[in-house]
Amino acid sequence: MAVIVDYDAGNLRSVQRACDEVGLTATISDDPKAIRHADRIIFPGVGAAGSAMRSIRKSGVDVALRQAFQADVPILGICLGLQISLEFSEEDNQTTLGFLPGNVCRFQLNRPDLKIPHMGWNEVEVRRRHPLLEGIEEGDEFYFVHSFFPKPRNPATVYALTQYEREFCCAAGLDNFFGTQFHPEKSGRVGLGLLGRFRFWDGRIAK
Amino acid sequence: MLSKRVIACLDVRNGKLAKSIQFVNTKDIGDPVEKAREYYLDGLDELVFYDITASSEARSIMLSVVESVAEQVFIPLSVGGGIRSVRDATDLRMAGAEKINVNSAAVLRPQLISECAAAIGSQNVVLSMDVRRVDNTAEMPSGFEIVINGGRRSMGLDALAWAKQGEELGAGELVVNSIDADGTRDGYDIALTRSVAETVKIPVIASGGAGTPSHLHEVLTAGKADAALIASMVHYGEYKVSEVKTALHDLGVKVRMSW
Repeated sequence: MAVIVDYDAGNLRSVQRACDEVGLTATISDDPKAIRHADRIIFPGVGAAGSAMRSIRKSGVDVALRQAFQADVPILGICLGLQISLEFSEEDNQTTLGFLPGNVCRFQLNRPDLKIPHMGWNEVEVRRRHPLLEGIEEGDEFYFVHSFFPKPRNPATVYALTQYEREFCCAAGLDNFFGTQFHPEKSGRVGLGLLGRFRFWDGRIAK
Repeated sequence: MLSKRVIACLDVRNGKLAKSIQFVNTKDIGDPVEKAREYYLDGLDELVFYDITASSEARSIMLSVVESVAEQVFIPLSVGGGIRSVRDATDLRMAGAEKINVNSAAVLRPQLISECAAAIGSQNVVLSMDVRRVDNTAEMPSGFEIVINGGRRSMGLDALAWAKQGEELGAGELVVNSIDADGTRDGYDIALTRSVAETVKIPVIASGGAGTPSHLHEVLTAGKADAALIASMVHYGEYKVSEVKTALHDLGVKVRMSW
């Protein structure tokens, strides 16, 4: 059974509907036991890093996610789910889960015409092959809404980049964890394609 | 870089798609769910549903329309019309709306904006403003006045001051709708859109008056809008969404071209 992790971080029904659309049946749950026993996990979320971490520590979801990560269960982080899978976030100066070495930084933009949050459709440039990114073509755009961006420490964990004044990492992964800063559930055909590939992903990265 | 967004606005009355001309003479023109799906598959970037009945019995009809759309349209979905409380906003979010548009009720009680922002996040709260041109006076220095209840009531509130206040209260985006241009298909109010865009730092969505792709081009460049709302020009089949986007692309506007 696939589980969508619920931790009071936004409306998860849109993620569930998009999963349904690609044939991935997933239940929304905040139960650590359900998460530990899931055969794949979607870890979405919007909101602030501080309150998100408080919520998942309180419910024990942090421990369950760590166990699932160590047990090679495929995990897809989306937006805040990716961000709090790194080690530290500048948002609320929060220590986070640390599945992926690196930090989350606030956009510091010089161009006055660029707004924060970075909201809307932007190009995703694949820099490293990954089973979940197969089929994404040059010029394909995904939907973003965020004010902070992931900065993985190891360049080998950076899979795709997006330009917003400067380039930032919009997709990162390590072993059976993969995360996107963009929202595949709101990114039309290309986003559904990624979720469809996650449905069958075995958690391995082909060398 | 970020693309400019093309957003279709669907006015819904009692579960049916309606379109007005200068906010009166509304007539039904079809099934909103069907239209939404058609536009989504044709490259639309975002959808706005506006409940123009907004009576209590129509609320539940709207919630089921939103639910049906959310099941088959995988782009951001925004819903407005008659939202007076955080409860209205969260009900619509549960039904599948990504963003909530507040309008008249926020003018009457500005705290509604901050309450919604606290409950569902600033980025999901869109302040929609209906604006009419008036003479410049000491009370209305910009010459743009806020009106409510579909343009029937003047509020003695300067549009630029309201835009600024809305941003400070936590609105994540602004829809700037020109009552004068609405439904005319003669083009957006460029001066209005640009004035608001230069007043706030949040994204501005231009609304009212779109008739041709060059109108969108104008408001997305000279008007400094981040997104452009369209309605009649696609609802009646004169243009397809993909034609509008292709034309914008050909005019040099960065828009999403793969869908």
